[in-house]
Amino acid sequence: MKCDVCEAEASVFLTQIINGQMTTVNLCEGCSKSKGVTEETGFGLAEAFVGAAPRAVETSPDLACPSCGFTAAQLKKIGRMGCPECYDTFREGIEGLLRGMHKGTRHVGKRPSAIITAAPSPKPRRSSVPAPAPAPGMTSTITTPAITLKEETPAPMPPDINKLRAELDLAVKEERYEDAATIKAEIDRQTKDTAAK
Amino acid sequence: MMRFSTLIKNPADWMKGSGPHSEIVMTSRVRLARNLRGFPFPGFSQEHQRIELLKAARPVVEELPEMRDGYSVDYTELSKIRKQVLVERHLVSREHAARTTGCAVVIDRRQSISVMINEEDHFRLQGIRPGLNLRGAYELVDRIDTEMDAALPYAFDGKLGYLTACPTNLGTGMRASVMLHLPGLVLLDQINPVIKAVGKIGLAVRGLYGEGTEALGNLFQISNQHTLGEAEPEIITQIEKVIEGVIRSEQTARAKLLEDHHTMLSDQVGRAYAILRYAHVLTSKEALNLLSMLRLGADLDLITNCDRSLLDLLLLEIQPAHLQLGAERELSPEERDVARAEITRSRLQGIQGPPDLPVSPSVN
Repeated sequence: MKCDVCEAEASVFLTQIINGQMTTVNLCEGCSKSKGVTEETGFGLAEAFVGAAPRAVETSPDLACPSCGFTAAQLKKIGRMGCPECYDTFREGIEGLLRGMHKGTRHVGKRPSAIITAAPSPKPRRSSVPAPAPAPGMTSTITTPAITLKEETPAPMPPDINKLRAELDLAVKEERYEDAATIKAEIDRQTKDTAAK
Repeated sequence: MMRFSTLIKNPADWMKGSGPHSEIVMTSRVRLARNLRGFPFPGFSQEHQRIELLKAARPVVEELPEMRDGYSVDYTELSKIRKQVLVERHLVSREHAARTTGCAVVIDRRQSISVMINEEDHFRLQGIRPGLNLRGAYELVDRIDTEMDAALPYAFDGKLGYLTACPTNLGTGMRASVMLHLPGLVLLDQINPVIKAVGKIGLAVRGLYGEGTEALGNLFQISNQHTLGEAEPEIITQIEKVIEGVIRSEQTARAKLLEDHHTMLSDQVGRAYAILRYAHVLTSKEALNLLSMLRLGADLDLITNCDRSLLDLLLLEIQPAHLQLGAERELSPEERDVARAEITRSRLQGIQGPPDLPVSPSVN
């Protein structure tokens, strides 16, 4: 395959999502170096080829993931997330993007066993992540928790009822009725459990 | 664990075996993207984090019942050519082969399952079966996924499903793809409307080695693009339905070639046999395209006594890294073309060409 810039054999292949459209750029080794494409940073490139900046992500560019320090500006640029927790941080911003990309916006299908057996506990928004604050001035530094494989992971604590009530209020206020219904069900379940004890 | 040479010496079971519709469908592959909670994705992580994850996860994968006695390798210990051999066998992705530190792959004995560690996602699990058998391929990866899930804290969200580095893989994290050989549709110039129709239903069509590659050798890959909002069996059923349609079109095209374009067909197959059997220099592109014609000839009984799996194996053996592995050194493109012709001649030695048709009396 040929390089998109010169005619040399391409060896670097970049795929990015821009406005929900998959864009592929093929580059030879020389061009990829001169354009600054490296494993970690060279992702703004497809954008440069396609032109238009993606408008699908509409969050403040300074919003950063408390877990890994990945920013909304970076997300906008590379179309990928920094870590799994980023999805909590940037959830609202990518809703529109997902609609253009997939058949639906809600997962159906296989679930991890822990999720199937555990009570369906709604994730408290943005607060569920154990968030080590990034060192001041080092927004892209990632703090990794020590590896804990599953055996050692403590069972998930049931979310506090008061916290759930606050969540519910917020969900209703923001007209996220589907979320509200899930939270309501969880509150009911937990109150029933407590009553039963 | 197994050695590289032992792994490669034997063809994968899907290369030898045949499956449903093998005359048109080469392979069915299913891959799942999985990540661990609490770790940045490989593209945004630091080297020491990737190494840490690799150290913790690789033993878990190696000890899965399916992967025991398989092959497992850290990429810092794997030469460029060996990596490329794995790419040519579709056991690792090109993107993964381009990485080094903190990356590894674990492959089962039969070369039907591979688990890439620190690809774009922490894990890419792949299952591969011969012929049209996406369900079989899914069963392979579903099983090891369930086993890995029991030991590793997967990143999962109730609404978004399995969390992946790229939002295009959210939800099931599943990509199901089928490799098709469609020379009939190409010869009759009917391939473009088929590709267009498949694209319209939300499936992607690509060449032999994935994204952005040319459809060399009349080989096409069809896969799902949507991963969120539909369950795995639904996605697979939908693709299989579409593929069955494409198979019918290809069968119709082949019947039409036999019926209405017999001379053209015999000419293509005859030339392919002659060049492959006697050439001393063969470029990759030429070889792939001619092998496609020979395979068609074998499928339509214009070439008899030719086992299809011999041609499918040859298709792999003539790839650049396989040639260099055989030569045990790096070869220049020119040297590869000579080596490619040589192995092709030797493999086709026992195969008879298409029968001579009676020459019409006017020629005599």
